[in-house]
Amino acid sequence: MKRLVALTAILLLAATGCSGTDDNEGESGGKVELTYWSWAPNMDKVAEVWNAAHPDIHVTVNKQDGGDPAVTKLLTAIKAGSGAPDVMQAEYQKIPTLVAANAIADIAKEAGSLKSKFPDSAWNSVTLGQSAVYGVPQDSGPMMFFYRADIFQQLNLQAPTTWEQYADVARKVHAANPKQYLGTFSANDPGWFSGLSQQAGASWWGVKGDAWSVNIDDANTRKVAQYWGGLVQEGAVLNTPMYTPEWNAALNDGTQVGWLGAVWGPGVLSGSAPATKGKWKAALLPQWDAAKPANGNWGGSATSVTTQTKHRKQAAQFAGWLNTDPAALKALAQTANVYPAATDATATALTTPPAFFAEQTDFYALAAQAAKATNPFTYGPNVNVAYNAYNDAFGKAAESRQAAAFTAALGTMQTTTLDDLKKAGFKTA
Amino acid sequence: MLARARAPYAFLAPALVLFAAFLAAPILYTAYLSLWKVKVSGLGLGPDARTEVWAGLGQYADALSEPDFLASVGRVALYGLIVVPVMLGGALLFALLLDAGRTRIGPFARISIFLPYAVPAVVASLLWGFLYLPRVSPFVWVLEHSGIGAPNLFSSQLVLYAVANVAIWGGTGFNMIVIYTALRAIPSELSESARIDGASELQIALRVKVPIVRPSLIMTFVFSLIATLQVFAEPMNLKPLSNTISTTWSPLMTVYRDAFTRNDIHSAAATSIIIAVATFALSFGFLKLVGNRAFGQES
Repeated sequence: MKRLVALTAILLLAATGCSGTDDNEGESGGKVELTYWSWAPNMDKVAEVWNAAHPDIHVTVNKQDGGDPAVTKLLTAIKAGSGAPDVMQAEYQKIPTLVAANAIADIAKEAGSLKSKFPDSAWNSVTLGQSAVYGVPQDSGPMMFFYRADIFQQLNLQAPTTWEQYADVARKVHAANPKQYLGTFSANDPGWFSGLSQQAGASWWGVKGDAWSVNIDDANTRKVAQYWGGLVQEGAVLNTPMYTPEWNAALNDGTQVGWLGAVWGPGVLSGSAPATKGKWKAALLPQWDAAKPANGNWGGSATSVTTQTKHRKQAAQFAGWLNTDPAALKALAQTANVYPAATDATATALTTPPAFFAEQTDFYALAAQAAKATNPFTYGPNVNVAYNAYNDAFGKAAESRQAAAFTAALGTMQTTTLDDLKKAGFKTA
Repeated sequence: MLARARAPYAFLAPALVLFAAFLAAPILYTAYLSLWKVKVSGLGLGPDARTEVWAGLGQYADALSEPDFLASVGRVALYGLIVVPVMLGGALLFALLLDAGRTRIGPFARISIFLPYAVPAVVASLLWGFLYLPRVSPFVWVLEHSGIGAPNLFSSQLVLYAVANVAIWGGTGFNMIVIYTALRAIPSELSESARIDGASELQIALRVKVPIVRPSLIMTFVFSLIATLQVFAEPMNLKPLSNTISTTWSPLMTVYRDAFTRNDIHSAAATSIIIAVATFALSFGFLKLVGNRAFGQES
């Protein structure tokens, strides 16, 4: 019987939910307790810097698996009415979704004055072009081009500075060795494609008055889709996804001799292709118009304050400190391996190049140049719908290896995304 | 007397609480969620921009008229046509061979056929995915170096078989054990007398053993049917490796996409209910169809 009672008690506890624990942690003796969800490595060590300097506001970092699962968890907690953290790392493309779900708060009053510390493209991502401020930009992912300097030298090739040259180099690399490719078109990485489109001048969503517009199938993105469709069709680049065991093997054995990545690329390369350390070089993304350098972002996130917090002021204060204070920026860059969005971070926090690119002393100078040239881009409230549509439509196009299928896929993405907004009731223009 | 009357309920309580908390309540909640939808107004950015409104059966109508969902149902039907016969045929064959007892490596063979079942589907998918990718697969290497040339298993024509293979590899062992256990329970006199009557091993297997283990065959069939309708882990984990597995490849992947990447729990709830109803209807329909013939001989 004792066992039965114990079992029933456990089940009842489980059934009524153990969510009560988080609620009472609020204040103990005037000290404010904040929880912070983040998936950046070593973020707890960065928070320690804050805790040491702010005895009255204590931040506890709760490590998350990544951007997508954290959003799912947060939205569940918002729906349940409790369990959300005070501060949350939010990817730029998820901010409209989180705002639409009323999960993150407007901190314009507390953090609005930080605008001048960030490039316009990053600040635009947290305001959605409005007067509200839905977070403080943390990191940005300016895209960069990585290539095997040793193989380029062997083949007597120069790093391409325009997309025309990139296509030319891709053909030569493949002609020199049929197993060798300069790059691949990845239908599994919508963030990669949206970054390339951003560089070309696209902004997939827009706000016109009180209505959303969807501009995925516009001239700029179509230019990008046509370009890649052409390269895939002629066989100058691969059509298989990135981040597969096969891709890793190709990077490591030198048959994948280039990668259109972003500033965080060295971390990926050191994990995927450890055998090639020291053989890579970073360059700016090839350009559509060399006279007007432009760039796009792949990745990046902000620090937002949730609507469930009882300490909005302190949470916003922490978010501001974390992303603008010189000590915090240094800790972010050096212990959490984050590329801070703050404009002056490059000068103060990023002095030595990443270990995988140890020889390239101008790595962060290039990154800063890339970040500065980044075009503005507006994300909409249904980024995931568009990204899923990219996966499915461009997956088919890549498999077919037909250039025409690439532009058709763009049309599918546009219709799917716009129809979804309309169906949910959003006003569209 | 009262205590005695209460005793059964006390014994039932744990099961009932478990059932209510972890099965009945979630199902009812899912059904409830499926009848609502989120209605957004304007830009959808203010705190009051989202309201939950009654949708009635609207979400069901939407799900059933979604071409991607219908395509996934067709795909899974085809997938079932490959997986179920191959897996159960293999399981029956292995079970009969082991039961015939002509081999000294019986226990070893039994374990090695069963072992893949102990490998979680996620791990199995990653493992097979590795073996399918042309540039890292040892099989492809061997085939190409022997001049035969290997097919691309992730191509749109073959990807269905590639996914089916993972499920067959993982499921055959379990089904074999179920059938084998039933075979071991057959009294040896039956086979002996058949043998004395001049029946060959093949005849004994087909005319004596298979009819007796029919209930086990039916059970494994129903289990396989349910697993087929709910195929998820294999395509989900092979998806990042290929261009040919879409986000709505199987019905359950559509549910996952709606609930966890589109954050639309209402339409995910409706699709889940549709899948659950279809699963119930198919399993019970089948059991009813074969029930009398299969279990009749026992009564």
